[in-house]
Amino acid sequence: MNEQIPPRNAAPGLEPETVISVRDLRVQFGDREVLHGIDLDVGRGETLVILGGSGSGKSTLLRVLVGLQEPSGGHIHIRDVDLCRATPAELAAYRKTLGISFQGGALFNSMTVAENVALPLREHTSLEESTIQIMVRLKLEEVGLAGFEDYFPSQLSGGMRKRAAVARALAMDPEILFFDEPSAGLDPIIAAGIDQLILRLKEAFHMTVIVVTHELASAFLIADRMVLIEKGNIIASGPPAEFQASTHPRVRQFLDRVAEPEIEDELDYLQLLTETLGAGRRPRGSKVR
Amino acid sequence: MELTVRIGRATLAGLAYLGGLARLGLRAAYYAFVAPFRGKPMRFQRAVHQSMAVGVEALPILSLISFFIGVILALQGAYELRKFGALNYVSSAVAISMTRELGPLITAIVVIGRSGSAFAAEIGTMKVTEEIDALETMALDPVQFLVMPKFLAMALMLPCLTTWADSMGVFGGALFGVAGAGFTFRGYLLSTFDALQLRDITTGLIKSIVFGGTITAVGCYEGFRTGAGPEQVGRSTTSAVVASIFLVIAVDLVFTAMFYVLGRG
Ligand SMILES: Nc1ncnc2c1ncn2[C@@H]1O[C@H](COP(=O)(O)OP(=O)(O)OP(=O)(O)O)[C@@H](O)[C@H]1O
Ligand SMILES: [Mg+2]
Repeated sequence: MNEQIPPRNAAPGLEPETVISVRDLRVQFGDREVLHGIDLDVGRGETLVILGGSGSGKSTLLRVLVGLQEPSGGHIHIRDVDLCRATPAELAAYRKTLGISFQGGALFNSMTVAENVALPLREHTSLEESTIQIMVRLKLEEVGLAGFEDYFPSQLSGGMRKRAAVARALAMDPEILFFDEPSAGLDPIIAAGIDQLILRLKEAFHMTVIVVTHELASAFLIADRMVLIEKGNIIASGPPAEFQASTHPRVRQFLDRVAEPEIEDELDYLQLLTETLGAGRRPRGSKVR
Repeated sequence: MELTVRIGRATLAGLAYLGGLARLGLRAAYYAFVAPFRGKPMRFQRAVHQSMAVGVEALPILSLISFFIGVILALQGAYELRKFGALNYVSSAVAISMTRELGPLITAIVVIGRSGSAFAAEIGTMKVTEEIDALETMALDPVQFLVMPKFLAMALMLPCLTTWADSMGVFGGALFGVAGAGFTFRGYLLSTFDALQLRDITTGLIKSIVFGGTITAVGCYEGFRTGAGPEQVGRSTTSAVVASIFLVIAVDLVFTAMFYVLGRG
C-alpha cells in the first residue's frame, strides 16, 4: 500500500486525468483474434459502461485490463504504468488498487462469505481482526448480505453470490472497480440497489468504475460514457445522451433490441415447433424486423 | 524418419513437462524458505490444515494396507526361506523390504490416490471457476497461497507416514512370525531391530521426501493446466494420478540405483 498516487487535477473543469489508456489493443486465442485494435481512455472518477453482444469480447477486455490476459498487440497504460511491461511488483501494486467482480462471481468456495471479503484485508493490510470484522460487515450490509457472513458460497443463491463478489471487490476501497455483468441474474430491486451503490461510490469516493452490462436501463442510469463493442471492435462511444440519439444502425439495433435478421428462419422454425407441440405461442421478446 | 520425429517430439514434451514441474517446485521453495525472510507471510495455518488432510486422515487406510503388505511379504518370504530352513530370517526380510522399498512406495501410492488427485481437483476447479484469476487480481500469488503450503505439508507428512507404514508392515510380519514361524512377539521385534541398519531407514525416508515433492508438483501442475470447463477437472485428476505413479517409480529407480552405487563404496 505504498505505491504513489499521482496528483489529482487541481481545478475542476480541466481535462480529467486519464487513469486507463488503451491503444490498438489486440487479443488472440490461438489463431483467432477476438479484439481487433481497441482504443479506449477512462478518466479518473468516470463510469464507463461497456455494451456489446454475447461473445463480442467484453470479458476479454476486462481480463486484459486487470493483467490476466496477455494482449497480442497494442499498449495499455494504467496511470503511468505500462501494463505489458510492468514488473511483478508494479503489477501487484496496481492490483492492490483495483477491485473486480467476475462474471461468474469467482468466490472462493472453500471459504465463507465473510472470509472471502476479509481475504484481501488480511493479506494486504495489518488491520486488527476486530477492525476487519467491522469492515466486512459494512461491505456486506452495502450489498444487502448482512447476516450471511458464515454461509459458504455453495449455500447462497446465484444473485447472492454475485452480490458477495461485489462486496469482495469493494473490500480494499479500490480506486478502480471492474464489474462484469454485476446485475445479471439479480431481481430488479436488487439490481437497482447495485446501480445505486455504483452511483454512491462514484459520488463519495470518486471511484473509477468500468461496468460490463446488458441491462440498458441500468447502463443509461450509471454511465458517464458508453462504448459498444461488436465482434472485437468498438463501433460507438460517447455519453449516454449522444448514444440515445445515435443514428448508427448497429447502435440503434442494440438499443431498440431488434433481433438479427438471420434469426428469422430460426424463429419460423421455433414457431412451427411450438405449433406442432400445440402451444401455439410465439417465443417471448422476439420482434422481427 | 517419421518415427524419429515422433520420438523427438515426445522427448521434448516430456522435458517441457519436467521443466514445468521443476519451476513450480522452485517457486514454492522460494516462498517457503526465502520469502519469509523478506517479510512475506509464511502461511503456517494453511500448511497445518493441509498436513491434517494429507497425513492424519490417511492413517487408517495406510495402516491397513501396510499391515496387509507386511503379512504378504512374510508369507512370500517364508515360502522361499523355508526351503533353506532359514525361516527365522523372515523378520529381517520383511523389515528390510519394508523400510527400504515398500514402506515409502506404498505410502506414496496411497498419498497419490488421496492427496495428489485432490490437489489437482482442487486447483483445477479453482481454475475453472476463475478463483485462481480472482487470487491473482488480489495480488496474491496462487503458488504462494495454494501450492507452497501443500509442499510443506507433504515434505513434513510423507516421512512421518512412511515411518508409520514401516512399523505397521513390521507388525504385519510379526503376525505371521508369531502365528506361523514360532517367534514370540518380543523376539520378532528384537530380531527386526537386529537386522535393520540406520541406513535402511534413512534411505527410505529420503526417498519419501522426494516422493512427496514429486506428488505435490504433479498434482498442482496438472491442476493449473486444467482447461476451461468442468469436465477438464476430471482429466487433470486422472493425469495427475497416472503421471505421479510413473514419476514416483522413476524417481525410486534413480534413487535406489544411486544408493546402491554409493552403498558399495
Ligand atoms: N480462454 C479462451 N480461449 C479461447 N477463446 C476464448 C477464451 N476466452 C474467450 N474466448 C473467445 O473470445 C470471444 C469473446 O469472449 P468474451 O468472454 O470476452 O465475450 P463476452 O463479450 O464477455 O460475452 P458474454 O456477454 O457472453 O459474457 C468469444 O468468441 C470466445 O469464444
Ligand atoms: Mg462476458
